[in-house]
Amino acid sequence: MRVNFVLSEVATGLRRNLTMTVAMILTTGISLALMGTGLVIANMISDMRAIYYDKVQVSIYLTDDVTDQQRDAIAAQLDASPEVKSYLYESKQEAYQRFTEQFSQQPALVENTDPNALPESFRVELVNPERYSVIAAEFPNGQNGVDQVRDEGDFLDRLFSLLNGARNATIAVAVVQALAALLLISNTIQLAAFNRRNETNIMRLVGASRWYTQLPFILEAALAGFLGAVLATVGLVLTKVLFIDRTLAGPIRAGIIPPVDWGVIATISPIIAAAGVGLAAIAAYVTLRLYVRL
Amino acid sequence: MIELQHVTKVYPTSPRPALDDVSMEIDKGEFVFLIGSSGSGKSTFLRLLLKEDNPTKGTIKVNDKTLNTMSKWQVPKLRRTMGCVFQDFRLLRNRTVAENVAFALEVINKPQRTIRRVVPEVLEMVGLEGKAERLPNELSGGEQQRVAIARAFVNRPLVLLADEPTGNLDPETSQGIMLLLERINRTGTTVVMATHDYHIVDSMRRRVIELNDGQVSRDQSRGVYGVGR
Repeated sequence: MRVNFVLSEVATGLRRNLTMTVAMILTTGISLALMGTGLVIANMISDMRAIYYDKVQVSIYLTDDVTDQQRDAIAAQLDASPEVKSYLYESKQEAYQRFTEQFSQQPALVENTDPNALPESFRVELVNPERYSVIAAEFPNGQNGVDQVRDEGDFLDRLFSLLNGARNATIAVAVVQALAALLLISNTIQLAAFNRRNETNIMRLVGASRWYTQLPFILEAALAGFLGAVLATVGLVLTKVLFIDRTLAGPIRAGIIPPVDWGVIATISPIIAAAGVGLAAIAAYVTLRLYVRL
Repeated sequence: MIELQHVTKVYPTSPRPALDDVSMEIDKGEFVFLIGSSGSGKSTFLRLLLKEDNPTKGTIKVNDKTLNTMSKWQVPKLRRTMGCVFQDFRLLRNRTVAENVAFALEVINKPQRTIRRVVPEVLEMVGLEGKAERLPNELSGGEQQRVAIARAFVNRPLVLLADEPTGNLDPETSQGIMLLLERINRTGTTVVMATHDYHIVDSMRRRVIELNDGQVSRDQSRGVYGVGR
């Protein structure tokens, strides 16, 4: 295979349809950037799961007028329960301290919160997180100093279903955009093949192999796919530097949102590059087979 | 070299077959004129030989290979043993004469060394030495057809198919092209030429196969264009 020949064909092809090439690179880039964002969110979700689910499963909030006796009774009952793996007592002061840490980026909120407004609580880790109802039954709401028992897992499930929804929506948009990119690639390749029909006709007549005739077109699409992936990676890097690391800096420091490491970007970029190159090349190949006589 | 047995070709868009039960044999080294009015089946015949299309019925053999059963990936190999020349030359306008000829070798992976040796040789043979660096539109029609012939012949094909190669040329220039084709024929290459040019057919006195409505109406060695002309 004459590499120079093939490469010069690719360069001519891309130059001849500059506008189509740019459109092809941009749509591919946007689609891959969305796909990359979806992967980043997926990654964040799994990190968040690790952070949250380990910490707490059930909270028993106490009433403001709880007596020491009632508090001790609850502690004793938790000690005795076979369902409880461990528990932690959090006083009003501790709750307020945690609150100020979590919302250190929103000083107005902290200032306007009375240190006494947050209830004291027992944070309980269960042997089996699914057995929340058993604990809830043992501590009826509004009795013996218990204000309410809350399944934090349930809250987290709702939070994560929201995050999963965001991830799925991003990926769905990425798929639609990818479809547009593939159609555009197919169109560009048809146009390129039409522009070079003299060359390809002659190649066919003098007995150039099918592969030799098709390769420049496939490489052309693959190159556009690759440039799209580069664009998408640049987009992801900018998102990390300008949005995640800056706007979300507070919640990340407070441990609410896990940070996005460079390692994640480094893992995702080759994936989107492979997807970009692969899909573009396949789209080009299928187009040539279906629509173009070579 | 070329063998057709009961070949019929029906296009889906036309009720009448383009070729209707055609059988013939063309030996190695023959020079054959294929004549007949427009729509008589000459172009279909050439297309089938190149396996650009498959016959509806019958078998075609070229160089002892049956085209009907040939798989797609073997077609390029077949075409490397055949050269083609057309009425409209089909040169690449943005490439020089030498590049046009070299293109045919490059795309079938001939080494650069061979290309550098063979291209000047064939250009000299067709009488275009000194014009290697010209672009096609700087040449006359006759010269352009010589480039096309050089390109078709540079790989030393067993068969040269020419579809009205003199159709766009004046009689004198046509004469020159015919001398060139004759010379190529003398090297042992089988030449099949579809034409309407009766001056040429009459003066060359070679084998003439006439097609009429897709059927062979005449097959005559040392023939002329038309009886009673």
